[in-house]
Amino acid sequence: MSTITEKNPPPGGTSDERLRKASFATTLLRRPELGAVAGLVLVSLFFAFTANPAMFTLAGVMNFMAPAAQLGILAVGAALLMIGGEFDLSIGSMVAFAGLVFGAALVVWNLPLPVAILIAFAFAVVVGSVNAQIVLRTGLPSFIVTLAFLFILRGLTLVGLKWASGGSTQLRGMREAAAGSILAPIFSGDAFGGLFTWLGQAGIIETFPSGLPTVPGIPVEILWFVVIALLATWVLLRTSFGNWIFAAGGDPKAARKSGVPVDRVKIILFIVTASCATLVAVLTVLDAGSTDARRGFQKEFEAIIAAVIGGCLLTGGYGSAIGAFFGSIVFGMVLIGLTYTSIDQDWYLVFLGGMLLLAVVFNNVIRKRVTGER
Amino acid sequence: MDRTGTPLIEVRNLVKHFGSVIALNGVSMHVSAGEVLCLLGDNGAGKSTLINTLAGVHRPTAGEFLIEGRPRVFSSPRDALEAGVATVYQDLAMIPLMSVTRNFFMGQEPTVGFGPFKRIDMKRADDITRAEMKRIGIDVREPQQAVGTLSGGERQCVAIARAVHFGAKVLILDEPTSALGVAQTSMVLKYINQVRESGLGVIFITHNVRHAMAVGNRFTVLNRGKTLGTFAKGEIAIDELQNLMAGGKELQAVSAELGGTV
Repeated sequence: MSTITEKNPPPGGTSDERLRKASFATTLLRRPELGAVAGLVLVSLFFAFTANPAMFTLAGVMNFMAPAAQLGILAVGAALLMIGGEFDLSIGSMVAFAGLVFGAALVVWNLPLPVAILIAFAFAVVVGSVNAQIVLRTGLPSFIVTLAFLFILRGLTLVGLKWASGGSTQLRGMREAAAGSILAPIFSGDAFGGLFTWLGQAGIIETFPSGLPTVPGIPVEILWFVVIALLATWVLLRTSFGNWIFAAGGDPKAARKSGVPVDRVKIILFIVTASCATLVAVLTVLDAGSTDARRGFQKEFEAIIAAVIGGCLLTGGYGSAIGAFFGSIVFGMVLIGLTYTSIDQDWYLVFLGGMLLLAVVFNNVIRKRVTGER
Repeated sequence: MDRTGTPLIEVRNLVKHFGSVIALNGVSMHVSAGEVLCLLGDNGAGKSTLINTLAGVHRPTAGEFLIEGRPRVFSSPRDALEAGVATVYQDLAMIPLMSVTRNFFMGQEPTVGFGPFKRIDMKRADDITRAEMKRIGIDVREPQQAVGTLSGGERQCVAIARAVHFGAKVLILDEPTSALGVAQTSMVLKYINQVRESGLGVIFITHNVRHAMAVGNRFTVLNRGKTLGTFAKGEIAIDELQNLMAGGKELQAVSAELGGTV
């Protein structure tokens, strides 16, 4: 004992001389969503110079925000699950499957809209739980388990659609079936119509010659997108459950030893991703008035890419929901923005891959910064 | 031997089988408040099984298990924690990517608000973390910095501080010094002593006799799933302990060969 020399802690206030004061830039680099924000700025600048100015009018913004929102709802769910250490490749197929369940409930069984929505979400809970149980019980990577469900759900949708529609792969008539329901305005159409009409009359936003505003309101999916992104961010950063998500993804063993109910966290997260897919299904089916077998096709990959652009590590334990939010907007901007330019729209796919690669490399560097690895 | 009457934790003739493997075959030990019991044993002696049984991960096959004199069966690590038995594992149960605060309160976050508005009290969590770190003598610049940026010794101390903060009465430390350098080892040993002085019972698992001698009050030697004996400090010399732990003769031979440095 006596050999232990007293090591005086540095007097209050002064820090270890070997630790450089974290500069503002370093602090900024520690934010997982930095990449997505930087990407958004770059893409905005790019289109500011190349695209028709119509892109950044109110109507143009709504134009690219709508697909961004549809992808973003999935991406936020995917981001939470990725931070929790798992993947869900079945969400794209889940959009189609939920669309079928929801559509069939509305037009085949003629159920009221609220009941149809409830049934669709009940299926989401089942699919999410099944995914989670298989992953947790077998210990197999969720990547491969949910890949199986990517095919199973897509196949079930095809089979189900033919059954529901009597041989076709499309089911129609949802908009009519939902019309007049009290829940319809929450899941379809545009919000704040009155406000936009007033803004149009006041001359604040553009109007058609008839006096109606060019943008009749905010499409509800954009509101859902914003609310879900904010809610997810709050849960992640400010609640115990959020801490458990980081812990479950960072090191499930360590988390378990510290009393974190890792399995429960993962089950809930799988249900959340399936529910996000179901919400997208309900929104888009009501918007289109029909559903088909290709709904949500490849959305699982786009959602994961958006989450990665948003700063999520593929290994889990790190990332941000608000990053996925910005990542999705980047997507919507490029998808729609290219139509405002003279650039061939198929560059979209090249962009997608390029962005993913860049984001993964960038995130890797960030991770080393955060943990002080050398 | 008991300084304060009833031991905080005591096992008698503890047996643990895994199928046909006999991992523990009659282990007896006890630890009281304000003392450090060193559990010494070579690899494969059954140290890990013993820790996991004490910590509620495994259930003993046979034997007596007493917490403050009363028989108890832990069915999960959570049970053990609630009874005041906290374990700091070799891997520390710390997540490098998460902040010091988030790690400190992992699984036991302080919350404010009600129902759906219940949230982590981040400010309080940060303040407590900073204060606890200061008590050990680690100056955490910002509690929101990732644990990955701390040194091994600092991480070990944070893990111990976490267990102490959450009301541990018995602290089980699984080879806390095994991967540390000299300065960091002394930092950890000093902290263990500090914890003991504050009235906790510490079970210090190690295979380094010198580290054990530095802080231990009593030494229990484990070999092939059995306790070979318990000795108070001063009753036994370092090399005797070393030989007992390694099962005797071979080590002496090697030691002689290498000039007595093993």
